[in-house]
Amino acid sequence: MSILPLELEDVTLSAGGKRLLDGVSMTIGGGRRTVILGPNGAGKSLLLRICHGLLRPDAGTVGWLGDDAADARSRQAMVFQRPVMLRRSVLANAAYGLQLKGIGRTERIARAEQALRMTGLADHAAQDARTLSVGEQQRLALARAQSLDPEVLFLDEPTASLDPGATGQIEELIGRIHGLGAAIVMTTHDLGQARRVADEVVFLHKGRVVEQSPAERFFREPTHDLSRAFLRGELLW
Amino acid sequence: MVIRLAATLAIAAHLLLPQAVLADPITLSSTTSTENSGLFEHILPKFSAETGIKVRVIAVGTGQAIRIARNGDADVLLVHHRQSEETFVAEGFGVERIPVMYNDFVVLGPSDDPADVATAASALEAFQRIRDADALFASRGDDSGTHKAEKGMWQAAGIMPGARDGWYRELGAGMGATLNAAVAMGAYTLCDRATWISFTNKGAHTVVFEGDPALFNQYSVIAVNPQRHPHVNAAAADAFIKWLTSWRGQSAISGFRLHGVQLFFPNASPRG
Amino acid sequence: MTGEEPSAFWIAIQLMAGLDAELTDIVGRSLRVSLSAVFFASLIGLPLGAAMAVYRFPGRRAAVVLLNALMGLPPVFIGLIVYLALSRSGPLGVLGLLFTPGAMIIAQTLLITPIVAALSRQIVRGLFEEYREQLCSLGAGPGQMMMTLLWDGRVMLTTAVMAGFGRAIAEVGAVFIVGGNIAYATRVMTTAISLETSKGNLALALALGMILVLMALAVNAGVALLTGAGRARGRLQ
Repeated sequence: MSILPLELEDVTLSAGGKRLLDGVSMTIGGGRRTVILGPNGAGKSLLLRICHGLLRPDAGTVGWLGDDAADARSRQAMVFQRPVMLRRSVLANAAYGLQLKGIGRTERIARAEQALRMTGLADHAAQDARTLSVGEQQRLALARAQSLDPEVLFLDEPTASLDPGATGQIEELIGRIHGLGAAIVMTTHDLGQARRVADEVVFLHKGRVVEQSPAERFFREPTHDLSRAFLRGELLW
Repeated sequence: MVIRLAATLAIAAHLLLPQAVLADPITLSSTTSTENSGLFEHILPKFSAETGIKVRVIAVGTGQAIRIARNGDADVLLVHHRQSEETFVAEGFGVERIPVMYNDFVVLGPSDDPADVATAASALEAFQRIRDADALFASRGDDSGTHKAEKGMWQAAGIMPGARDGWYRELGAGMGATLNAAVAMGAYTLCDRATWISFTNKGAHTVVFEGDPALFNQYSVIAVNPQRHPHVNAAAADAFIKWLTSWRGQSAISGFRLHGVQLFFPNASPRG
Repeated sequence: MTGEEPSAFWIAIQLMAGLDAELTDIVGRSLRVSLSAVFFASLIGLPLGAAMAVYRFPGRRAAVVLLNALMGLPPVFIGLIVYLALSRSGPLGVLGLLFTPGAMIIAQTLLITPIVAALSRQIVRGLFEEYREQLCSLGAGPGQMMMTLLWDGRVMLTTAVMAGFGRAIAEVGAVFIVGGNIAYATRVMTTAISLETSKGNLALALALGMILVLMALAVNAGVALLTGAGRARGRLQ
């Protein structure tokens, strides 16, 4: 049974007396590529982490479909802005998530190799993961996530540290993973990327959801002033 | 996982627990003067060859040596302070105090002898002259046999040196360390002859006073009381004492020479 | 004074070249005692430090301060405590361990476990802060995180272990009290140096000191070779 949709209700997060997320309510449905868009400091990364369960909100609820919270966690994966690679081979990194789940060695290696093939890293399998370029490491992070066959893939500004060429590769891989059945939830402050990737846009500003609508409608006819200002490049923070 | 745990425990056991030996050795708690001079290196192999018993020597200050024996961590004790030895036996930790050998203490000092100790008529006068001249004196200060003998000298001379006296340096150290310091400081000190002769960092120091009977230094051996500490190797300890006091042990002692000099003089009474 | 005496350096060469029996006995015992202590200290200290880095528990801050303070335990103090414990008049006297290499191993293990644990905690903590989110996301439990971080930090942890070894091989206070410096039974390099110094044989003591330094160098070199430390691992493509 699917764990989607994900329902957030009135989620609030504060720190140092400041409201970082203020009464955020939204629904993430299945089969879509949702992009959380907004200027720097809008609270996108925090929101993503709350969805994935890495942070707990001060108030409000985060609910996956179904009763089993642990099961819900195991069916998600996340890729961060800077890839975290272990001091071991590319193949071992790709298989690490499966190793944690206790999957047997043969199956682990098979699935990891498949993920490496998909991300074009099969030739580097025996190499030390730390010797890869940043772009390649990010692809490896995607391979590691994909090997778990997640239902939801979260990505936090995955191409912010990459050059345009690598960015293109990552976006293409995200598309492919989506094609294999995963829902995508991604944050970005890059308008162009949002246009290329999104099926649905959640526009976040100063910790509040300003607008949530299908991508086409958002980019063509945003309903909110702030959205329009952002699209014009006037909202920098 | 279990195999790894078992292997680790096996390694631990092998490393930690003492190895089994064919003939159980005895532990001899003694002083640095007997060990460092080389006496034990000379006589103990003879004992082991005859009896097959190995002797493990722990050489520390007399006070510590007695404490080790008192705790039952040694089988036999050989030190050189009569009062402490008699107390040890009286309190039930030792079987019997048996005199074995003697030598003497000597007063050491810089060769220019600033306190003019060399012409003193007695050991007492020598100590008095040191105090009168405010000459540096290095004391072991560690409750050893030598230290107690030194304190006895001051007492007999009616002097009570302390830390307030700048010339009296209480080191709290073994004989060797005290000698190193005395030589470096140019201080007088009291030392047993055996240690001095075998000491190789003499510098410009020399024996400035000797020969007074008050400087007589008696060594005695005592078996740790098996009634107090049942685990001690009483039989082997007895064998050791018997050998030491027999003509074989006694001649081994007198046969020990360093730089052509005899360091210890056997004086055990013949035992039945 | 110094004119006719052979120099310490020459004595050292002669002892080593001639494979002096007593020297090999002492060197062998020093290595056996200190390496064993390092083994046990690592067995206890590495996971202990990692656990303190990963697990949250009440009083953790105080525990860390205590652990760091224990790094400075005086060897002679530990020697005294172990002596009192292992003495026939003490609680563990029945084991008959006093004045054996076993007692020396115990004392040195107690001495260096805090060092290994404190450094392990520091190293693992650093890695933990870097990896935590990704490991959490992949579903790692605290125990799994511990093992992963220990393995990932293995090069840095080797340095921590070698720091422990250095402390052990160089100390004399503890092994003298619990070992007794018995010839051919519990004599090690440091107690031999102490003994020769007290006999006034300063040149020999110096020579032994040089050999001790050489020994420590050899062990460190061996470890460096094994871990390939400092070698650049195919950095750039």
